[in-house]
Formats: sequence, C-alpha cells, structure tokens
Amino acid sequence: MTIEISDKTYDKDFVEKVEELSGENFHKCMQCGTCSGGCPMIEHVDIPPRKIMHLIHFGLKDRVMRSKTPWICATCNTCAVQCPRGVELPKVLEAIRQLILRENTNYIEPSDMSEEVLTDAPQIAMVSCFRKHTS
Amino acid sequence: MKISYYPGCTLKTKAKNMDRSAVASMAALGVELTELPRWNCCGAVFSLADDDLLHLLAPVRDLIRVMEQGQTKVAVACSMCYNTLARANLVMREDSEKRDTINSFMEEEPDYNGEVEVVHLLNILRDDIGWEKVKEKVKVPLNGLKVAPYYGCTLLRPRSVAIEPLDKLSLFSGILEALGATVIDFPASTECCSSYQILSNPDIGIAAVSKIIESAQKRGAEALVTSCPLCEYNLGKRQSDALKRYNKLQELPTFYFTQLIAVALGLGMEVSEFQLNHPGAIPLLKSKNVVSINP
Repeated sequence: MTIEISDKTYDKDFVEKVEELSGENFHKCMQCGTCSGGCPMIEHVDIPPRKIMHLIHFGLKDRVMRSKTPWICATCNTCAVQCPRGVELPKVLEAIRQLILRENTNYIEPSDMSEEVLTDAPQIAMVSCFRKHTS
Repeated sequence: MKISYYPGCTLKTKAKNMDRSAVASMAALGVELTELPRWNCCGAVFSLADDDLLHLLAPVRDLIRVMEQGQTKVAVACSMCYNTLARANLVMREDSEKRDTINSFMEEEPDYNGEVEVVHLLNILRDDIGWEKVKEKVKVPLNGLKVAPYYGCTLLRPRSVAIEPLDKLSLFSGILEALGATVIDFPASTECCSSYQILSNPDIGIAAVSKIIESAQKRGAEALVTSCPLCEYNLGKRQSDALKRYNKLQELPTFYFTQLIAVALGLGMEVSEFQLNHPGAIPLLKSKNVVSINP
C-alpha cells in the first residue's frame, strides 16, 4: 500500500502529544524490527509494533489511532527489554491508548462482561483491564 | 526475623491459597510476615503515561505504611503487585520532580523518598533464608514431581525491577529443587500469558495460554508453577477453554510456588487449599505420594 507523506499529512500536534505522554524519544528508533520479532501478540495485531513507530514518525495520526495494536498489547515489555536503542515501546502504545481514552471513550464496556467472568476473574485482572481499556 | 508483608487484593479473595501458604511457609522457615495495617490496592498495573501521577498515589501510600511499621523492606508474593510497587518506588527514588509533586499532594502523609525496599518472596527465600535451610526443613520431598516454573512478565520486565537477570534465571529452580522436585525448563517460561487481555480479547488470551501449556508439555512437565494470580487464572482456570479449542493439549495442573513449599514442609492440606487450584492438582500430588488424604 502506498503511503502519502507530505507537510499536509504530518500531524505535528499528534507527534508532540505522543512524545509528551510517553516520555520517550521515539526518534531513536532505527526500524530494526526487533520489537515485532519478539512480540508474543504479533499474529493478532493489525499493524506490527515496528510499523506503528514508523507511522508515528511520519505523523500519520489517523492510521495509528485506528489501529487495533495498542489494544492487543498486554504490556509484557518483551520489546522494551530487547530494543537495542532503549525505546520503551509500551509507553508509546500507552500514549496512543490514553489519547483515545481521554476523549471519554471505552475500548471495552465492563457492563457487557459475563457474570461468570466477573465472578471468577481475580481482582488484578479486572483492575488492570479497566485501567488499560476504559476511560 | 520480621518482614512487612503486602498481600494485595487478590490474595485476600480469589488466591487465598497463595496468601495462607505464603504466610505459613515463611513462618515455618523463621520469617514472620507482618501484614501492613491499612494497606490498599496497588492499582495492579504501573502507570506508563508520563503525566499520570494520580495512579502512583496508591502504591506510594502502601510504601508509606511500611515506614510506619518501622520497617525498611516489604515482602510481596503476587507478581503484579510486586511490579507495581517496585516501579512506583523507583519513581520516588529517581524522579525528584514527580516525587515533590506527589509528596505535596499527599499532605496528610509523611514525605516519602523511596526509603523502602520492595522484595519478592522468592528473593527472600534465597537471600534471607537460603536453599540449604529450606532443604533441611523439608519433611515431604516432592520426589518425582516434574514442575515447569512459569515466570511470566512482571517478575522480570522491565529490567529495572527484575527479581533476577533475564539471562540467568535460578530463583524458581532453586526453591523447587530444594523441595525435591524435578525442574523442567521450557521455552515459554517467560512469555506473556495475555494478562488482562483474557477479559478484553479472550480468543487472543486463550491462544497465548495454549502456547505456554503446549511448550511445557512438550518438555515433559506435569504441572506449572507460578507466583501470579492472573497467570494462574489464565493458565489454570481458563485452561479448559484452551483444551476445548486445541485437542493436542492435555490437562496440566497449576500451583503457586508457596503451596508447594507448604506441602513439602508438611504444613497440611488446609494451609495450601489445593481445592481452589486446577482440578488435577490434588490427584497429581496423590500420585507422587506427596499427599495421602482427601482435602
């Protein structure tokens, strides 16, 4: 797929917000792909983590914000410990999630969960899930 | 020896079998775990957004409770609580700007500067008790029990709070060998079980669980051992979903490491409450003559 990159497609505000929220200098990323290679969720994401970094670099806000990848990441930190440039990619994905959740939207609705799951699941499952996926 | 103890929400409810077996085992090994007064939920996950200081308040309050107990060290058994408390502690030690903001916001609390050390029970077992002492105290060795230690994510990542270096793992094998068990190393020992994604994206969660179970079974494991109630939920209680979907998988009981310590020290079935585990747990222990009575 061809990606158009120009001063019209580069969303400077988006790039600055991701940088501010993540606290990460993602310009350090050299696109080696170690993050995608080690990601245990790679078969389930729509955009691999390496490419997410690339798209943010290009300021392509809409493509990043529409991606399922930040919602599939379980913050296992495998990419963070393996990155040769010391980029903490989980923080970048958290920034994307926060940009969406802070618009008062939820990725999941706790009220839609089955009673069986809510009865059986441990507290840390529910607290962590709601922290990561609800506003 | 007395050490402050942070149990966390899940150990007081869904994972009582971990809490009771941890406290009883450590007592039998000469360490009195003193539960913190007025502890609160740590938040289960560490805040990754740089501007989110609000979610650091809960774990920092718990660390202040440790200081109030007159202690400098807090023992944690749950992997997720350990990770959250240890990372919040690092922020208070290393980031003076955030520390000042948090301390001034919590004006009713004494200032906290990261004085407390957050330690996982596995580290206390090795460093404060020692494998040799554990061996001496074993009354019912777990001979012939082939167990695969499952570290998961939060004990080892990020590196700044890892309970031991990722490339030199020995804590789980140290305790399990001291108890007489046969330790099965397997490739998925440090892979993600999908964590909370089991609730948001259950299909993806079950796929992750299946890979871990298959990896351990291929190496000949008869059981998985963990220190995380969320891993135990995914790998143990949700295992039936994985077995339904992948017919090549076999039943694989799951244990908390603290339960195996308790049973090997001869502390009795009521301490370990194996009836809360995977249904294959008690039959497996019976087959190895580790337990002989019904719970």
